[in-house]
Amino acid sequence: MAIRFDAVIVGGGPAGLSAALVLAQAGVKVAVIERGDYAGAKNMFGGVIYHEPTDWVVPGFASEAPLERRIGHHEYWFLDERSALKIAYEDAAWREKPNAWSVMRAKFDAWFAGKVEKAGAQVITQTTVVDLLRDGRTIRGVVTSRPEGEVEAPLVLIAQGVNALLVEKAGLGRDWRADEVVLGVKEVIQLPKGAIEERFGLTEGEGTAVEMLGGEATAGLMGSAFLYTNSDTVSIGTAVLLSHLREQGENPNRLLERIKAHPSVAPLLKGGEMREYSAHLIPEGGYRAMPRLYGNGVLVAGDSAAMVNAVTMEGTDLAMVSGKLAGETMLEALEKGDFTERTLSRYRDRLEDSFVFRDLKQFSRVGTFFADNRQYFDFYPRLANGVARQLFTVDLRPKAEHVRGLLDQIRGRRSLWRIGMDLVRGWRALA
Amino acid sequence: MTKEELVATRSDIEAKLYRTRFRADNDSHLIIKDQEVCRSCEEKPCMVFCPAAVYDWDDERKMTLVAFEGCLECGACRIGCPSRNIEWLYPRGGFGVQFRMG
Repeated sequence: MAIRFDAVIVGGGPAGLSAALVLAQAGVKVAVIERGDYAGAKNMFGGVIYHEPTDWVVPGFASEAPLERRIGHHEYWFLDERSALKIAYEDAAWREKPNAWSVMRAKFDAWFAGKVEKAGAQVITQTTVVDLLRDGRTIRGVVTSRPEGEVEAPLVLIAQGVNALLVEKAGLGRDWRADEVVLGVKEVIQLPKGAIEERFGLTEGEGTAVEMLGGEATAGLMGSAFLYTNSDTVSIGTAVLLSHLREQGENPNRLLERIKAHPSVAPLLKGGEMREYSAHLIPEGGYRAMPRLYGNGVLVAGDSAAMVNAVTMEGTDLAMVSGKLAGETMLEALEKGDFTERTLSRYRDRLEDSFVFRDLKQFSRVGTFFADNRQYFDFYPRLANGVARQLFTVDLRPKAEHVRGLLDQIRGRRSLWRIGMDLVRGWRALA
Repeated sequence: MTKEELVATRSDIEAKLYRTRFRADNDSHLIIKDQEVCRSCEEKPCMVFCPAAVYDWDDERKMTLVAFEGCLECGACRIGCPSRNIEWLYPRGGFGVQFRMG
């Protein structure tokens, strides 16, 4: 005899748990099936969530959730071999009205799962979903790795993350291509007490989020490196397009080691002790890579649906918002007793009305454009350093020679005409 | 990356993996579909880009070795194998990597 629920959610990450919260709070008999020892055990991300979208899904989260630091500074760094050009923004208004938080996925998701459980959902851990139960073109449950592990439900939400094996099984889409996924690796490094405040110029509880775009950070490949401050650790990692790693014959850990040794980074990590090494894929194919988001008895949310904004580096909030909207749609379907794709298509309408789809559509051309135009990740970050170097260096040469030095750096590598075109085309891809 | 750099990177990765918690199953969740495909694969990119150095080439037996016990379950090999020659399954529930921080 199979177990029966009103709704089954595959995956206890931000998308799945957000849907489960909506359903459980409405009294629906819902199960979240999680393959890790606990929700979050298989999850990794850079480390920043945004306050307002998170609060929209889980009102008042900031007073209960395990948060590391309130992000008060955002920085972009452009690295050359031995130099860094930095753009920083800090906002004292965020002290009263927080904008972002650094969190640890494994801690935050475990907390979120506990909250969902308290609301009445059943969170089944250490259980892998291996297949779907089908009735013709209708999904009517899942098959788990447990003996006699069938779970029946008129509604299944696929929220299993980037390795969305069930999306293909449900006939909703194809697998990602290597130029649609970014491979992220990360180390969590513990620092001596007080070192974070001192080294990053922070007050207690306040954190910084550094994105290092291209250049030396990725050896000129499409991607970035990141450095986020947590309570008593920092998260440092790289995230590079998989197809570029493959073409270049590059290993992400080697890039990470190079970044850690960079003169602008190494002093920040000095004396630190590595606590965890992890890796994860990010689906950055965007709107064009998105699978069909619903079928009869099934919906897809979060990373499984490519809901990542690669430009602004958001994923968790898109996952949570899409999960909540999926949950609301599932609730509607249960009230109507209609689980066909016609009813579930309301999920797409809801997404269309939200910032999730507006943003993903806006940036739908960005991924492929930048993947094919590596100069943005190699030539320009280094050129920016060259400009700063000439600007700030005072020596015995007249300034006209500094300008000439800069032109020499450009000459033979990229014509002024091409640079003009890059500006126009780059702007068009983003705007 | 030179051959020496790759060797150094791989041993660096192996040292790092001791800091990550794993519960290894008896059977691999990563299966080479056809070793013949690996034999004729010139670049063998999985052995370079894998962040956990799971894949290695056994030159004597002419086959790909799979150290699945230290797999970080990112899925890069599944998508990055040019011949899609790796059957990538989720480990059984409760097995595989268990991030404490993530």
